[in-house]
Amino acid sequence: MDPMTEAIWLTVRLAAITTVVLLIVGTPLAWWLARSRAWWKEGVGALVTLPLVLPPTVLGFYLLLALNPSSPLGQAAGAVFGHTLPFTFEGLVVASVIASLPFVVQPIRNAFEAMGERPLEVAATLRAGPWDAFLTVAVPLARNGFLTGAVLGFAHTVGEFGVVLMIGGNIPGETKVLSVAIYDYVETLQWGKAHALAGGMVAFSFVVILTVSLIGRRSGWVGR
Amino acid sequence: MRDGAPGIEAAFAGRLGGFALDARFAVPARGVTALFGPSGCGKTTVLRCVAGLTRLAEGHLSVNGVVWQDGRHRFLAPHRRPVGYVFQEASLFPHLSVTGNLRYGQRRARGDGPRPVAFDDVVELLGLARLLDRSTTVLSGGERQRVALGRALLTQPRLLLMDEPLAALDRASKDEILPYLERLHARLDIPVLYVSHDLAEVERLADTLVLMEAGRVRAAGPLAALLADPALPLVRLPEAAEVLDAVVVGHDEAYGLSVVAVPGATLQVPGAAGPVGSPRRLRIAASEVSLCRDGPPTGSSVLNVLPARILRAEPLAPHQMTVVLALGEMGEGATLLARVTRKSWEGLGLRPGLSLHALVKSVALLDRE
Repeated sequence: MDPMTEAIWLTVRLAAITTVVLLIVGTPLAWWLARSRAWWKEGVGALVTLPLVLPPTVLGFYLLLALNPSSPLGQAAGAVFGHTLPFTFEGLVVASVIASLPFVVQPIRNAFEAMGERPLEVAATLRAGPWDAFLTVAVPLARNGFLTGAVLGFAHTVGEFGVVLMIGGNIPGETKVLSVAIYDYVETLQWGKAHALAGGMVAFSFVVILTVSLIGRRSGWVGR
Repeated sequence: MRDGAPGIEAAFAGRLGGFALDARFAVPARGVTALFGPSGCGKTTVLRCVAGLTRLAEGHLSVNGVVWQDGRHRFLAPHRRPVGYVFQEASLFPHLSVTGNLRYGQRRARGDGPRPVAFDDVVELLGLARLLDRSTTVLSGGERQRVALGRALLTQPRLLLMDEPLAALDRASKDEILPYLERLHARLDIPVLYVSHDLAEVERLADTLVLMEAGRVRAAGPLAALLADPALPLVRLPEAAEVLDAVVVGHDEAYGLSVVAVPGATLQVPGAAGPVGSPRRLRIAASEVSLCRDGPPTGSSVLNVLPARILRAEPLAPHQMTVVLALGEMGEGATLLARVTRKSWEGLGLRPGLSLHALVKSVALLDRE
């Protein structure tokens, strides 16, 4: 595989896996943030949102410290994955999940909050238990939130640079994703290849933003 | 409160924000029971407590002897209570079609009811056939509320809870729905708890009344008895009236009148009241009843001159009295309210126990065939 295709393939794989993990982790988190009345809820909310404002290098730096083999977290990760996480694909996934968390949790949380208590109360009076009501009422009603979250999570992971460089480095086929590849091509003055990747990213990003706007406009359910 | 007793026994107490509720009542588990009172008196909270949607510090609820809630020990989760709930706004699921909404509860219902409510019956009863394939977003207010009612019925409820289902509707939609509610009452034998702040609606639909005031139950009992209870504020309303359950016994076709019987009297009412034997509900406003002490008056244009006996009288204003009557020469029949001036009361020497004649100037048929 030529290095450019390799970088694109790695990036797509990373973004896809990250998005799936984010939906699995983010949904219960968004549900809790939308419905809990705990006083410390907003503290957790702020923590989840933090990656949105932090410089990616700061996030990457602390992740690198947290995941180093001598730290408790690093040892736990080692026990799970069989190796240490920094400078591996799995490490990239963990870092990307944390960096992209707010992009997935926020839209889903908003969608859960927007529907209010009523649909779930109605479901309960129609004999649906809590799980049943969640799957057959809350999730379908929050569909736009899930779509927006998934698209944003995927796109943000594709575009991530700072965190990836800090935690993943630049290992071809393992951690050398698109954004890092572009940086490399520019460093080595291969302007043509940099252009091809960068131009592709511009087109991709445009499509993503357009998609999200179109999802946002589709608020009604006409036609069902 | 004793378990195993038929009927609905409820007691809910606790604080909800700045509002204190302490509502206790026992009513029969049949017919329509109206929870009636001004806005903000806690009617909806009581209904939510019955459904298990709101849980107050203290709660006891048994329905036909089955305990649904008892203090802290026992609390049946909302989805395990065999109730149907119709909210003030229809609250249909926007991601499902009309059929999808109707089937949602039906699929999850435990079919252990004595008489299962069938899909086709509900569609027919509520006139939903035209709407089944539609999206819920294109329905009118009245249509939405009918679908919500059908959806609740298909959960096979043992108790139907309705929270001002007509309040959010305009006059035309209300008139569209009311006949359906009456048919429901006649066709399905499901007890209903009905929240309302509209006395006209209550007079038309309810059999039993739970009168609420500032988070407490002021009185609970048969509608007719509470409407004529001088201790309650209802008799002091300008529109105070009594409702009477009547049966059509004949027709006077020459004059376009129908003859209906109530306990202790027969009355003539305008129009065709339906075939002989059909039950109708009458409303007679206190202001439409005059009293005549000496025999039935001769040469009066009033058609309904009924023998009655005075039970009680309450001063209403310095110049006015509310008189509670019982129909029949011995006062053995239904109760009736009359408004007379204090001048007439004293001038005619009226007093409790006296037999006389009530002149009923107009009678309203409440339900429509």
